[in-house]
Amino acid sequence: MTGQPSHISPGTPATGGFRAFADLVTELGTTTKTNDKLDALVNFFSHADDRDRVWVIAIFSGRRPRRVVNSTLLATWCTELNGLPFWLFEESYHTVGDLAETIALLLPNTAGDEGSGHALHHYIGKLKTLEKESEETRKAFVLDSWREMNEAERFVFNKLITGGFRIGVSQKLMVNALAKTVKVEPSVIAHRIGGNWDPSTIRFDELLSEEATGTDWSKPYPFYLAHAIEDDIEKLGEPAGWQVEWKWDGIRGQIIKRNGELFVWSRGEELMTEKFPEYHSLCDLLPDGLAMDGEIIPSIDGKPLPFALLQTRIGRKNVTKKQLQEAPIAFFAYDLLEYEGIDWRTRPLSERRAQLEKILATYQHPTLLLSPVVAVDSWNELAELRQQSREAGAEGFMIKKKDSPYGVGRKRGDWWKWKIDPLTIDAVMIYAQKGAGRRSNLYTDYTFAVRDGDKLISFTKAYSGLTDKEFAQVDAFVKRNSIEKFGPVRTVKPELVFEIAFEGIAASNRHKSGVALRFPRMLRWRHDKTVDEINTLDDLKKMLEMYGK
Amino acid sequence: MALIDFTENGMYCRAGDFYIDPWRPVDRAVITHGHSDHARWGSKAYLCHIHTKPILEIRLGPGQYDTVDWGVPVYMNGVRISLHPAGHIIGSAQVRIEHEGEVWVVSGDYKTENDGISGAFEPVRCHTFISECTFGLPLYKWKPQEDIYDDIRNWIRSNQSAGKTSVLFAYSLGKAQRILRPVADVCPTILTHGAVYNVHTALERAGWDLPAVQRVMPDTPKDLLKGNVVIAPSSAEGSPWMKKFAPYATGICSGWMQVRGNRRRRNADAGFALSDHADWQGLLDAVKATGAERVYATHGFQAAFSRYLTEIGLDGREVKTEFGGEEEEQPTPGVPDLDEETA
Ligand SMILES: [Zn+2]
Ligand SMILES: [Zn+2]
Repeated sequence: MTGQPSHISPGTPATGGFRAFADLVTELGTTTKTNDKLDALVNFFSHADDRDRVWVIAIFSGRRPRRVVNSTLLATWCTELNGLPFWLFEESYHTVGDLAETIALLLPNTAGDEGSGHALHHYIGKLKTLEKESEETRKAFVLDSWREMNEAERFVFNKLITGGFRIGVSQKLMVNALAKTVKVEPSVIAHRIGGNWDPSTIRFDELLSEEATGTDWSKPYPFYLAHAIEDDIEKLGEPAGWQVEWKWDGIRGQIIKRNGELFVWSRGEELMTEKFPEYHSLCDLLPDGLAMDGEIIPSIDGKPLPFALLQTRIGRKNVTKKQLQEAPIAFFAYDLLEYEGIDWRTRPLSERRAQLEKILATYQHPTLLLSPVVAVDSWNELAELRQQSREAGAEGFMIKKKDSPYGVGRKRGDWWKWKIDPLTIDAVMIYAQKGAGRRSNLYTDYTFAVRDGDKLISFTKAYSGLTDKEFAQVDAFVKRNSIEKFGPVRTVKPELVFEIAFEGIAASNRHKSGVALRFPRMLRWRHDKTVDEINTLDDLKKMLEMYGK
Repeated sequence: MALIDFTENGMYCRAGDFYIDPWRPVDRAVITHGHSDHARWGSKAYLCHIHTKPILEIRLGPGQYDTVDWGVPVYMNGVRISLHPAGHIIGSAQVRIEHEGEVWVVSGDYKTENDGISGAFEPVRCHTFISECTFGLPLYKWKPQEDIYDDIRNWIRSNQSAGKTSVLFAYSLGKAQRILRPVADVCPTILTHGAVYNVHTALERAGWDLPAVQRVMPDTPKDLLKGNVVIAPSSAEGSPWMKKFAPYATGICSGWMQVRGNRRRRNADAGFALSDHADWQGLLDAVKATGAERVYATHGFQAAFSRYLTEIGLDGREVKTEFGGEEEEQPTPGVPDLDEETA
């Protein structure tokens, strides 16, 4: 029943219901080619049940039903059914790396491969009603569902409950599939599914048809993303054709004012209006039909503050007075997307910028700032200025073509980011743990330490940056050089030295070392260095002093 | 009385003065099967099943290979040795050792489902059983092989209708021969990588009747590739050698394909959880059928497997060995397969 081929024959009519959804997830999770994924999505959106289609859009854009059963209960019920000791479940989980899949693999065999015959919205509807039910009722529902499902369905059902549908479908891919299915421009689709809507009440046509726009005033525009400059900067040609701005280290966001209401969206398409009371008085000030792109960032007197301060504000429901004083949030605006209710995205950047400057001059507000344009005569000069990015509170430059429209997704060529080199430190690996997902059988998650006298002090974890071949070599080292085992974690001989790169550093009392790094990753494996040659805790503290305050 | 000691050279029978599957050169080696984590180079004299000899000859070169048929006793220093089918690959054997009334069995690698070419696994009663446990976790439960063959055939057919070549990655000794018949049902010409081809011809020379294959050569015409199947070791995955098959789809035959993460990590279009090792239930059935009180678990998830055996009332023990690391072991990306040199 397990290990079904990942392939679903093209042209096979989709079996309806939950089975079709499970097959879609299976195919998306294993197919490597973008075109095949697109075809699978289009096939699904063309044939599936109307309510199921809406739910798939919702699930793939992060709107899953509320969690009604926790992981421990799911695991316990699974071991009750298969009669295995709980520690064996945990061993299996450490090998598989995914709870939903572990349960699907360990449940007793299904009667057949046909599947449950129910629709996706059937299960979601039930899950919603369970929110108010007793644990006994929840258990009966889960066990009954497992019993009637095939293995692929069980996996997807468990995923629905546990959340985390990371299945290799980007928002852009889904947008393209929907665009192809209903024959509407991708930018329009992206806009429509970006806003506030309730998958349990809206119909597929309502969500995607012409009439749908206008009914939801909150919708942000899809963010246009830049590519990193890897080549010689001179290849961009004359600097005169480009607008250069500092690249801020905050959260990309859109401020929208429509119909008398203000909406603040993050790039993760999360509505953040309530999080930042600093923005609330903008509602009275700004005109209707306005959308600006910019950076949500803490700032005092127009000077940006480190990202770590922004982090103290995210994830808090109630903001204290002290926080409002220490980390007041501003908005550095750098683009205009909508003005007087008209979509400005196809106009050239130079025109959008000029209008943006006019608007900010008219509607002045202490939290609403214009992200400055950096004057540049030559790329050489810019390269020099780039060295001072950290002092300016920036992480490099954004370089945007003056005659470019505001694009969708990541179209190459118009917008570039030219980031500064990361901070780096040499450290030794001291713990290792197996990775998740595609690395579930390899030790790929490591903890690193710096020296403090003759002690080693752990200060960060890192999971990425090595090639598959290097990961395999480190994995072999871990297996041969484990000192102790704590659950899934192995203590290893402190011998392998890596250069760790990171984007920022902040004080932290949750870490033994007293620092927390931002975006740590392995830059390279220092075969040439021994554990005696790594950096010290003092080195880290000096960096904290320089860049973390 | 311990009939086998676990030494740094491998499993050693002191009473009979011989090793089983030693990983360093010794005077006398009894070999369970021809996979390179079990059959290593450099020992003075080898004892193996008659079907294993031609495999050892192509892999280790000329040497002293004494052979014996199933169940026929051989004596070394008064210790009685006999070989019994393990069902893993062609010629794969369990080694039964008897001395002064004590019986130990070394399983080598085994599977309990009969694949039609490797011989049917034979449970052998013993006091102590040394069992592999490559897939010794309950998440490993195989579908019946006929169902997996159906999946493989369906996949090939859909590739054919899309005008693609099907490239199947399978270990060149064992799995590659096992999938020939199901593949031949839907595919007029089977092509192979050199590593698979070398094993194939050696087995044919030894008298095995296998479906015909052709070796992929630089001048193999493109028309011949279209819609047909290429069988290759996983080391060929992603190599320039693959270029000439375009457009193609890739499929991996390995027990590790049971886990989605592994399928994704390998970046193949399809994964078939087809293994030459026993699954969890197969291991438990095999252990129980021996009637052994003491079971040493090696070659895989030995900690979990031995602990579970202890919990169900057996004397389960964990032994670290140098087995694994080849045929069903997770292929290490970028590290060449040993067979590639002969390709
Ligand atoms: Zn083997
Ligand atoms: Zn082996």
